[in-house]
Amino acid sequence: MYDVIVIGGGHAGCEASLACARMGHKTLLITGNISNIADMPCNPSIGGSAKGIVVREIDALGGEMGINADRSHLQIKMLNSKKGPGVRSLRCQADKTIYPQNMLKALNNEKNLDLKEMLVKEIIVENNIIKGIKTENEEIINGKKVIITTGTYLNADILRGHNKHKGGPHGEKPSLYLSESMQKNGLKMRRLKTGTPPRVLKSTINYEECHEEKGDLTPLSFSNFYEPTYNINAQESCFLTYTNKKTHEIILNNLDKCALYSGLIVGIGPRYCPSVEDKVVKFRDKDRHQIFLEPERKGGDEIYVGGFSTTMPEELQEELIHSMDGLHNAKIVKYGYAIEYDAIDSTELKMTLETKKISGLYTAGQINGTSGYEEAAAQGLIAGINASLSLENKEPLILKRNEAYIGVLIDDLINKGITEPYRLLTSRAEFRLLLRHDNADIRLTEIGRKIGLINDEKYNIFQNKLKETEKLTKYLEETKIEYNKQNNEYLLSIGSTVLNGKIPAIELLKRPEIKIENIEYLLNQKFDPHASEQVEINTKYKGYIEKTKKEVEKMLNLEKKQIPSNIDYNKVRNIATEARQKLEQVRPLTIGQASRISGINPADITMLLVYLKKEYPNE
Amino acid sequence: MNDTIAAIATAVGVSAINIIKISGPDSLNIVNKIFKGKDLTKVLSHTINYGFIIDKEEKIDEVLVSVFLPPKSYTGEIVVEINSHGGISVTNKILELLLNNGCRLAEPGEFLKRAFLNGKKDLLEAESISDLINAENDNARKMSMKGVTGELSNMIKSLREKLLNIIANIEVNIDYPEYEDAIKYTNDLLKDNIKEIKERLTKILEESETGKIIKNGLKVGIVGKPNVGKSSLLNKLLKEDKAIVTDIEGTTRDIVEGKIIIDGTEINLIDTAGIRETNNIVEQIGVEKSKNIIEESDLIIAIFDGSKELTEEDKEILNRIKEKKSIIVINKIDLKELLDEKNLPNKNIIKVSIKNDININEILNKISEMFKLKEIKTKDYTYLSNARQISLIKKCLDLAKEIEEENNKGIEVDLIQIDIQTLWETLGEIIGSSYKEELLDEIFSKFCLGK
Repeated sequence: MYDVIVIGGGHAGCEASLACARMGHKTLLITGNISNIADMPCNPSIGGSAKGIVVREIDALGGEMGINADRSHLQIKMLNSKKGPGVRSLRCQADKTIYPQNMLKALNNEKNLDLKEMLVKEIIVENNIIKGIKTENEEIINGKKVIITTGTYLNADILRGHNKHKGGPHGEKPSLYLSESMQKNGLKMRRLKTGTPPRVLKSTINYEECHEEKGDLTPLSFSNFYEPTYNINAQESCFLTYTNKKTHEIILNNLDKCALYSGLIVGIGPRYCPSVEDKVVKFRDKDRHQIFLEPERKGGDEIYVGGFSTTMPEELQEELIHSMDGLHNAKIVKYGYAIEYDAIDSTELKMTLETKKISGLYTAGQINGTSGYEEAAAQGLIAGINASLSLENKEPLILKRNEAYIGVLIDDLINKGITEPYRLLTSRAEFRLLLRHDNADIRLTEIGRKIGLINDEKYNIFQNKLKETEKLTKYLEETKIEYNKQNNEYLLSIGSTVLNGKIPAIELLKRPEIKIENIEYLLNQKFDPHASEQVEINTKYKGYIEKTKKEVEKMLNLEKKQIPSNIDYNKVRNIATEARQKLEQVRPLTIGQASRISGINPADITMLLVYLKKEYPNE
Repeated sequence: MNDTIAAIATAVGVSAINIIKISGPDSLNIVNKIFKGKDLTKVLSHTINYGFIIDKEEKIDEVLVSVFLPPKSYTGEIVVEINSHGGISVTNKILELLLNNGCRLAEPGEFLKRAFLNGKKDLLEAESISDLINAENDNARKMSMKGVTGELSNMIKSLREKLLNIIANIEVNIDYPEYEDAIKYTNDLLKDNIKEIKERLTKILEESETGKIIKNGLKVGIVGKPNVGKSSLLNKLLKEDKAIVTDIEGTTRDIVEGKIIIDGTEINLIDTAGIRETNNIVEQIGVEKSKNIIEESDLIIAIFDGSKELTEEDKEILNRIKEKKSIIVINKIDLKELLDEKNLPNKNIIKVSIKNDININEILNKISEMFKLKEIKTKDYTYLSNARQISLIKKCLDLAKEIEEENNKGIEVDLIQIDIQTLWETLGEIIGSSYKEELLDEIFSKFCLGK
């Protein structure tokens, strides 16, 4: 009898099983192929806009992805470094061999965690409570909690040209029965689609015709706690090329041959990750599209053709690839394909990622309709934490939209539902100035510590950062910048204006053109870099941070207005039929949550408030 | 909204044809019970059907019945309209029959409310319709009509669209920093855009002030020292004796209101007790009131006695009205002029004799000219007219100014975006629409993104 059984060893499954095991629960990770654990079947990168912040959040809560990415990358960059602090985010090119190896090591190091290689056929449910699983060779394994993290494997079809066959990513075996078992237990499933581009041989690319994209020359790390250790000068480059007229012509002349436009695909694909066919058809006025050539592993010969996801038949993929600069003689080693798979309707879930219908059953990752390794890992971590907290009879962990991108992600999934695979975007976060890369630890480390996933070493590092920040703030408040010729000349030289008298350093820092480095220069001091970052952001962007906090308050006020769990939406007068159905389906806990459900408009909320006031005057 | 409502839709007692409107899921079934003609459940939408309204076997009226099926109906529900020809008593009888057969009498504005709740009207249109119902004069009615057709909404929508473009561009730059498909949105680009938005908001607001005048009329205060001819002027303008006119100073103690119409706009005239320092308590109240009226008025008509030199009281009046839009009326030009005009403001001066009816019309023409009332009459009325809308537009204008200021300081556009988003949402509040998904749709339809 296991405390927790995790089905599927992808990014969600790894985080879920590590969290459960580390929280002291006997855990089984059962997966189709152990050598494929933490596999990256699509792009060889971790992080990116918004996603990079999620990795920091996972790390602050005690997850594995950040540390593992730091150990396994070929190149790392800070995106949006020239923009405001609310939108900076890390992205690395991860080594597709090293990352899974390191993750497997981490799994093997957990004494509470068993690994097993087998496909799961059924979930065992009694009286709406999960009891365990049955494998494809009819073995029954009992578990108090079950977390399903099967990614794109449920009932998966691989599509290329007019060819469609059952299969998981990388030619792995798909899971053919589990989806049916879930449906039999009343869970609503849906069909989604995603795709991946071809891979070409590095030795056959002419990089002379491409533009080189290097990693940053400042050391960076996903981990909130550990300093970077990689060799900055040994980073591998990515390269940029473009589609052209010829590429577009080939596509337009052969639309009937690709799976996407020939009607073979019924699943809905993501708009933010369109196939090259889609790009050419929907944006006909564009002469070219960017194509990114990204290394998949150190010293390896496979190059990922980013931006070129396609469902064209193999011979046309050859022709298309060869039409582009740098790739005229490129040899394709893996062809692009689309994959269709079953996913659970995410409105079946509670904010804890437990299913509403089956107690003790959780789902996380791509099965919930998301895309991306980071989104998957984040959900896996939250599902693992909540399954564990439930075993411990403790309050669940529900992150709010103003606390973490992870909160935005789960809140969107549960309340809005999805119509296409869901990717986190900064534009989905209304309070993004609070959800920064630099303060993920400040937001979440205490929570991770309380749960039991942040060890003393990490916690001390975190406490130290807080102390240093406080110390520096105080120092800059108390220390005055002298009013003299030398200082004024310096200020003029950096494009600022002269002082008219002594002023506290913190006041000078408020000027938009003054950076913390300038203060360091004027005071002839070197500050702690993490503390500097906090002080600089908190000083410079105070106005906007305050504004955002006011917006948060508005949201939290709506969150405070509870909706009784026994409400009968049929009795609420004057709400639109669609709104009534959505409310019935989601059964939101608060007015705030109700207002975020898609298809619910402000008038419906007003009617709902009127009804609550009338029927529950004392609440 | 599960029940079916009915009401007489035409003004009671005036028209030859009366219309009874029915809306709700049972509209057709209920009307069928009292209609002799085609089976209404089988007719096409948007058809007019001839027949009779019957009470049991008795023919009540010869009618035309229009059928509108959802979604293309006013309320978004099944709507039936009965055109009755038999005068008000017959119309009442038909309504009674409908109520006996399962309809409920509609509450005031309930058809509109249903239209709004079913998404047939946005908030702005709904408000405009309710303004229309309550419109008191010609211009106000016209203005409401424009609102109904959605011109106001369209103006706001086009502003929002512009903002949405900016937001989407900024968001794309953040989420896809490496994609060259989207131009880099910079402070320089924002500078021109926000300037234009600010100007458009200013224009809407200015026109809305005019809109307010159209809707509520123009408030004109008449001031002057005692016995200078205020009440006489008011009476001339109203052509009726409303204020007491005597030769004893200080007789008009109450504020007298009267309405006239100039070029289709309602003008509310307010006479004030003479502004005069006084110890008389009753009179003091009047004096206090008149000070308030100066504050509240859109226009002041200040009357001076041309046959006397300017007194301290006159100077006090001039002082009080110096910030206000005003017309200076010099009365008693039939007498010898002793007033030195150099001490008066040099514009909008009209010399009259109220007693001898000289130049009174000039005052009316001046009012019309100052508020461009003739233009209002012929112009398109795309104004916001209610207080909620105007205060939201003011908030938007303040935000636009703030955005401009921050932008000039060189604050990163992704931070300023916080205010741009608030501006966009606030404009959305005016027309009652919500957001978020709109933004994502915009992003993905405009830009080709993703690996």
